[in-house]
This record gives sequence, C-alpha cells and structure tokens, in this order.
Amino acid sequence: MIKKFDKKDEESGSGSNPFQHLEKSAVLQEARIFNETPINPRRCLHILTKIIYLLNQGEHFGTMEATEAFFAMTRLFQSNDQTLRRMCYLTIKEMANISEDVIIVTSSLTKDMTGKEDVYRGPAIRALCRITDTTMLQAIERYMKQAIVDKVPSVSSSALVSSLHMVKMSYDVVKRWVNEAQEAASSDNIMVQYHALGLLYHLRKNDRLAVSKMLNKFTKSGLKSPFAYCMLIRIASKLLEETEAGHDSPLFDFIESCLRNKHEMVVYEAASAIVHMPNCTARELAPAVSVLQLFCSSPKAALRYAAVRTLNKVAMKHPSAVTACNLDLENLITDSNRSIATLAITTLLKTGSESSVDRLMKQISSFVSEISDEFKVVVVQAISALCQKYPRKHSVMMNFLSNMLRDDGGFEYKRAIVDCIISIIEENPESKETGLAHLCEFIEDCEHTVLATKILHLLGKEGPRTPSPSKYIRFIFNRVVLESEAVRAAAVSALAKFGAQNDDLLPSVLVLMQRCMMDSDDEVRDRATFYMNVLQQKQKALNAAYIFNGENTHCAPSLNLRALVELTRLSVSSVPLANTPITEQKTEFAPVATSKLPEKPGPTRQDIYQEQLAAIPEFQGLGSLFKTSEAVQLTEAETEYVVRCVKHTFARHMVFQFDCTNTLNDQLLQKVMVQMEPSEAYEVLHYVPAANLPYSQPGSCYSLVRLPEDDPTAVSCTFSCTLKYLVKDCDPNTGEPDDDGYDDEYVLEDLEVTVADHIQKVLKPNFAAAWDEVGDDFEKEETFALASVRTLDEAVGNIISFLGMQPCERSDKVPENKNSHILFLAGVFRGGHDVLVRSRLALADGVTMQVTVRSSDETVVDIILASVG
Amino acid sequence: MDTEPSLYTVKAVLILDNDGERLYAKYYDDTYPSVKEQKAFEKNIFSKTHRTDSEIALLEGLTVVYKSNIDLFFYVVGSSHENELMLMAVLNCLFDSLSQMLRKNVERRALLENMEGLFLAVDEIVDGGVILESDPQQVVHRVALRGEDVPYSEQTVTQVMKTKLKWS
Repeated sequence: MIKKFDKKDEESGSGSNPFQHLEKSAVLQEARIFNETPINPRRCLHILTKIIYLLNQGEHFGTMEATEAFFAMTRLFQSNDQTLRRMCYLTIKEMANISEDVIIVTSSLTKDMTGKEDVYRGPAIRALCRITDTTMLQAIERYMKQAIVDKVPSVSSSALVSSLHMVKMSYDVVKRWVNEAQEAASSDNIMVQYHALGLLYHLRKNDRLAVSKMLNKFTKSGLKSPFAYCMLIRIASKLLEETEAGHDSPLFDFIESCLRNKHEMVVYEAASAIVHMPNCTARELAPAVSVLQLFCSSPKAALRYAAVRTLNKVAMKHPSAVTACNLDLENLITDSNRSIATLAITTLLKTGSESSVDRLMKQISSFVSEISDEFKVVVVQAISALCQKYPRKHSVMMNFLSNMLRDDGGFEYKRAIVDCIISIIEENPESKETGLAHLCEFIEDCEHTVLATKILHLLGKEGPRTPSPSKYIRFIFNRVVLESEAVRAAAVSALAKFGAQNDDLLPSVLVLMQRCMMDSDDEVRDRATFYMNVLQQKQKALNAAYIFNGENTHCAPSLNLRALVELTRLSVSSVPLANTPITEQKTEFAPVATSKLPEKPGPTRQDIYQEQLAAIPEFQGLGSLFKTSEAVQLTEAETEYVVRCVKHTFARHMVFQFDCTNTLNDQLLQKVMVQMEPSEAYEVLHYVPAANLPYSQPGSCYSLVRLPEDDPTAVSCTFSCTLKYLVKDCDPNTGEPDDDGYDDEYVLEDLEVTVADHIQKVLKPNFAAAWDEVGDDFEKEETFALASVRTLDEAVGNIISFLGMQPCERSDKVPENKNSHILFLAGVFRGGHDVLVRSRLALADGVTMQVTVRSSDETVVDIILASVG
Repeated sequence: MDTEPSLYTVKAVLILDNDGERLYAKYYDDTYPSVKEQKAFEKNIFSKTHRTDSEIALLEGLTVVYKSNIDLFFYVVGSSHENELMLMAVLNCLFDSLSQMLRKNVERRALLENMEGLFLAVDEIVDGGVILESDPQQVVHRVALRGEDVPYSEQTVTQVMKTKLKWS
C-alpha cells in the first residue's frame, strides 16, 4: 500500500473517501502554504490534488478565488519536484477558463517546453497551448515547429495534438506548420504518425486535390499505426462519397485491402466503411460481411457488438447478404450482453423467413424489459420493417406492439411504437380496427401531448370511415374532459370530423360540441364554436373546406389560432346568410387558411428570408413572400467565387438572392452584383449590389424581376447570369486592400425559373373532398407518353419534382409489382389559386400518363398542362 | 458515414464507485454542458451497467464501453458512429496503466490515495478528446510517479539512469 499523504489526512476504514467532505474555502485557505519558503512539495502536491478533485466534482470557483489560488500556485514552479510540476500543468489547464491573467505562466511553460527534462516538455506544450491566443501563438511559433519534429514521441505528439486544437482558433498560423507535420507523419512512432495525419487532414480538408494526393502517398507507403489506418479509411470513404467515384477506384481497393489488416480495429473500420457506402452491390459487400461474421464469435463483447450492429445496418438494405450469418446470429441471441442479443434478433427478423417470426418474437418478449430505450426503438423499427415484408403477420405484431405500448418507456420509444402501429394501419386495411382500438386504449393514459394529438388526428381521419364509428366517440370525448388544452383542441377537431361524415352521429356530436363551447381555453372554445357553425349548415362543400382539409391538427394547434379565430368571426357572421354563393366565400378565405398549412412551428426558413427581404427598401411593396425555392449552385464547388441562388416568388415579382463567397484571400470585391439577361418577357427592375465581399465572408446581392403581366402563361424562363464586381488586391495576411481597383466579371451558369417556383406545396389530408370542393369548372385533361422513363417510381418522382406540388394520400409511394398507379398532387399557385392534379400512370414500354388538372382559375390549369407537355 | 473524419474520438472518461458516485469525470465536448446534466447522465449509465458485466452499451445515443473491478467502474464514452474498438483501446489503456501504477490493486481506496496519479495518467491518455497514447507502458513512464515513493534525492544514480533511459 502506498502511503504518501500526511498522517492527518489519512482516514481509516476502506469505505472512507479522504476527499469526501472537502470544503472549498478550507482548501483555498490551505493553499496559502504555497507561499511558504522552503516549499514543502508533498503538502503542496496534496493541496493541488484537492483543488483538481474539487474542480472535477463540478465545484464552482469564483473568478477572484480562482485567480488568487492560481497566482499562489505559480510560485511552485520554483520547486523541482517532478510530480508537483506536472500537477501545476494540470492546474493551469483546469483553471485556464476560470482564472484571470493565466498568461503570466507563459514564460515558465516556454522554458519547460524547450528545457532538458523530457518528462516536462510534452505536458508543458499542452498546458501552454491551452492558455495561448492567436497573437501569442506567433511568439511561440518557432518552438512549436521544433517540437512537432522533435525526436521524442511524447513531445511531438503533444505539439501535433495541441496544434490540432488550435486550428479552430488560429487556422492561418497553424497552416504554416504543414511541412513539419508532413515530416512527423513519417515518424516511426505510431501515435505521432496518427496525430500528424489527423493534423494534415484538418489543414487540407477543404482542398480535395491535396487530400487525394495525401491519401495516395500514405496508402502506397503504408503506415504502422492502426489508428492512422482507421483515419485513412475514413478520409478515403469520405472522398469516395464526395467525388462519387465508382467502386473500381483505387480508394475502394485500398479500403478493401484493409479487410486483411492484422489489427481488428482496422479490419472493422474498413468493413464498417464499406457497409456505410451508398450503392454497394451485394458482391462488394460480401468480403466485409464475411469478416463481420468472424467477429460474431469473438470472445470480446465490444467486437461482437460492433459486428452485429454493422450487420444490422447491412440487413436494412441487403437482407440477403446477411443470410449467410444467420447461424452465427442465432448463437448471439443468448448473449449475456442484452444489447448484442437485441441487435442479433432484430437482424434475424430482417433476414429470416416468415416461419421464424413467431419464435423470434417470443424470444424478444422474454427480455424486452431489460434493455435500454434505444434498443427498444431498434426492436420496434425491426418489427415495422417486418410488417411491410410479411403483411400476413400483422396480427402477431399488433399484439406484441400493444403489449409494448403498455410497458413503461420514454417518449422516443412510445413514439416509435405509435408510428409503427399507424404505418401498419395504413398498409393493411384489415388491421385498422384492432390498431385503432389499441391506440384508443393508449391515449386513455398517455402523458405525451404530441402523441395524444397525433392519435386523435388519426382517429378523426380514419374513425368515421370504419363500420362502427360511434365506439370511438367515447374515447375522444373523454380527452375533452380530462386532458390539457392542446389535446382538448385536437379532440374537438376529431369530433367534428365524425360529425361531418356520419349523419346519424351528427346530432350527438353537436351536443358534445355545445359542451366544448364552455371550455376554459380560448383555442378549444374557438374551435368548438367554429365547427358547430360549420356543421350546422350541413353542406358538404363547407365540411370539405373547413373540416377535412381546413387545418393540421396534430402539428401545431396554437399556430392556427389566429387564422381560425378570423375564420370563426367571418363564418359566424357570413355563413348564416347562406344565400351568398359558396364558391365566393371560399375564394375569400381559402388563401388565409391554406397558406398557413405547410408551415411548421417556429420561424421557418421562409419566415427568416421574408424578414431579411423586408429590411431592404427596394423590396417593399412586393406583398408577402409566396415561396422560397431551394438554393441552386451557379458555380462549381471549388472555383474562385462560389455563388448560389435562392429564388423568392412574390405575387407579381421574383427576387433572386445570390449568396456569394470569395475564396481568394488576396482579393477584396466591391459593388458585387449579378447581371441577368432573361430569355422571355421578364423584366429586370433593380439590382441591389453587395457593397463589400472580403475573403471567405459570404455576402448577398439581389435582383428584382417583374413577371410578365400580359402573358400569364410564361412561367418558365432562362436567365444568363454574369457576376460583375470591382476587384481590389489586398495583403493575404492583414486583409488590407490597395486603394485602386479594377472592374471585372465572371460568367456564371444559367439560372432556370420553372413552374415549380410558382407553386407552393399544400397537403390535403382528404384529397377526394378537396377535389370535389374545387369542382370541375375549369377541369382539363390530357394524355402524355413518357418514353424515356422506365419505372412508375421514376415517373412519380419526376412529376413531383417538376411541378413542385405536394403528393397526397401517400400516393407518392408506388406499391411493388403494379403496372398502374394514380398520383394525387395538391398546391397553391402564385396569387392564391388552389391547384389539384390527378395523374393516372400506366406502365407499358415507357410510361403513359393521363393528367387531370383542376383549379379555381382557368389560366392556372392551362399553365400546368402547357408546362407538362 | 456522414461525419467528418477527425481525431476527436472520446467524449468522456468516467470513473464511478460502487454507489454510482463520481470519483473522476472528464467531459471533452459539449454533449453535457452543465454539471447537472453530467450527473444525470452518470446516474443513467450507472443504473444501466452496474448489474451486468457486459463491456459495451448504447445509451442516450452514445456508445459507452465499460469495465468494473471490485468497487470501481470505468467508462469511456464516444459517439455512436465511433469505432467501438478505438474506445476499447482507450479503456484498456486507462485500466492497465492504473493497474500498474496501483500494483494491481485497482480498488477505490488505493485509487483515492493516488488521485494525482490518476489525473496525470488520464492527461497522458486523452487530450481534449484526442487519443494521445494507447500503450499503458508509455503512459506509466510518462506519468513517472516516483516508484517506491522515494524522493529523487534518495534514489541511487542507477535508478535515475534507468528511468531516464526509458524516456529517450
């Protein structure tokens, strides 16, 4: 037993902790002995240990007391006791962010870092770099460079790792040490090699060519360090992904060759990298899968875990590739590590046959209560996948899921189960009633508001169409009595849907609604009043507009509040005068309601843009922002100037926002703008240039374009774009520009405006009702042959992205092995006209498509058909 | 894998006693920024691992490798994308280094009496989340705790020479 503390600090009894009842103030008091001469190394050491122990326990030190202790500690540098000195370094690091003026130890640390005592040098470098900022770093730059190439591994490693930490803060300084790092990379020491490689990569990662050269060099010369190999594999797979190089590339060969490395760590890294690559074929996966199979029988739990976790990933995409491992996986079901057992079972569920499902499910239920929530979610996901594969097994699964739903568990777990049940209901109509019954039971005792509202929404959607809708009413109304505001509001909306679709239930729903109108919460009351008024009209079109497709209950009840109150006010006053034609009312408030729909809670991307644009005087008076499209790159990724364009559509105008980045550190750009030449009758009204564009700081310039008014069908247009600017050369280090500059320009790629930029996505939860509501006043139909498209999936994807509309009724998913499909799309055209598209697709040599478009405006119908043609 | 290749491997190194109390905890990033969140995480880890001796677990979206000995629990935490064997290398290095420094006496009392050794050892194994050294021999040499608790002045010249030679 080592006894080194003073007698008085030593406590007897094995259960005691000498640090247990430490008082911060007492320890700081004791720290005064640092000032005594001669220094007593043992006692000082013990006090420093106590201070670090307190910091480690999370004790808070005030700036004053920390600074005082820190200054007292600096005196201990006079002692030559090794351990004491090392503890001083640690104290410096721990206090670097708490104490003031820590830089006073710079010279002591610099002395130790360059001194003769090797045991001091590494730790001194690490401590020094913790307290150094960019300006001071230049003062010690010379020493750092020397340290990186030092022949003592601990010194070199410390310098490399500290440099890596400082890249974030002082990239430009550390960048100059690249040659030294390069030299260190050829060191014999495995850790030095690893650290040098890591630093080199961080300095070069934005330069793909340099990364590629570096990989080439190291993969050829070979490294000794398994850690460095892992890093190389990661860099290589990242580069493969970015360059989208095929799997015949030498990088892929390198990764594959690592499967034969003698270190398990490297073999596993390589296998995992191959598994995570997109578009791997079964043949390319095979060698990776077979090494993982070997690992499954390893005595090391971590290796078995890693292997089965990775195999589980493979099974998601290529279940057949893993079938060969089924026997090994079966052995892991009884593994003492429950995580491994769970992963093994879920993998087997993905790869196994229909007949083994019952047996595996039984095995899972035997230990599901022992595993962590994370793994329960994994199990649920596996079950969900299984249900899609073997729809006939849904009754077994549903039972299992309902049992899981009754157990304890966190939100993520419950949500996964609810999502899984919902997807089963949607896929298998015959499971709908059992599923809804389980969910009803769940919301009786559900603490998660989000889940309760989600289920209520589902009940409202699916319940009325079941054979006996009345049995759900009780469950829903119970929520109105017992729950929080958000749930009550959702329950009211669900009730309204029952009333709207089932005439025989309507009277009782109205009675219940009446009670909800007395609710203590505004939102609930408003909804009840509103639905009450709509339902009393007994008009299908009103029901369709305001109850089925009116709002998005489970998403954010409060967000719709304002729109809803407005509607209520309007409808209460105007609806009773039902003589006014319904179509007119609809055009009056439909945009108010629908334009709110695609929004999510909190400020969206579009809201942020709207705010930014509103701040620019030239863009005032454009009205509200209708749609912001995804950014389009107008340059290659690695050019001098990087420009991307975001298109903002307003009622009669478009604003093009060009986000520009200048990647040349010796240039300052001024008066930057993008000149646009339209191909159609579009008219450029204004350019708003970016005043300054310094190196690597993104700036935006804008162009305002008027859409052609005399020809509303001209929705698509091509602009040729040129970046124009004034160049001033500047010093790359200080960024100080010359006084004189010259004009220059840079040709960008063409910018396309398409029909999708004019349409905002809108989800209609009940497409048929929306379809009837819009009516066939302006319906047009045309048939097209898509010769170049070979699958229905591809055709559906193309249509959706081309029109930029929202697929409804899950019609974006084409069931397998079908040769015809109907796609439903909904959107709002610029100006606020609803557009609905029904597209029937048939597969025979190429795809034949019959498109039917309905809208409240004839021009819009023409535009859509013209653009599809 | 969608994560940037990086040397930042370790998110935390923890040592708890058999009541789940923190003896040592070092967090290297902001996954758990406050002491309160850290303690909650440690409590969760301990409750999930102290009864089983199964080496590895996935908790709160993080990979945790662990090892227990008598009345001590050692944990190394990393991202769920991290190579589990790398984390294992850190854990093994920490355990073996302490085992040597404590003369195979890896238990709570011995550890508490050598806290400065523990602090220095972890400092040599992981620096700011980067694995600095994975060889326990090297770690023990670099920590260089005075062997038999003999001050340098009392060591013989040969002893000093021996230790010096190991470093060069």
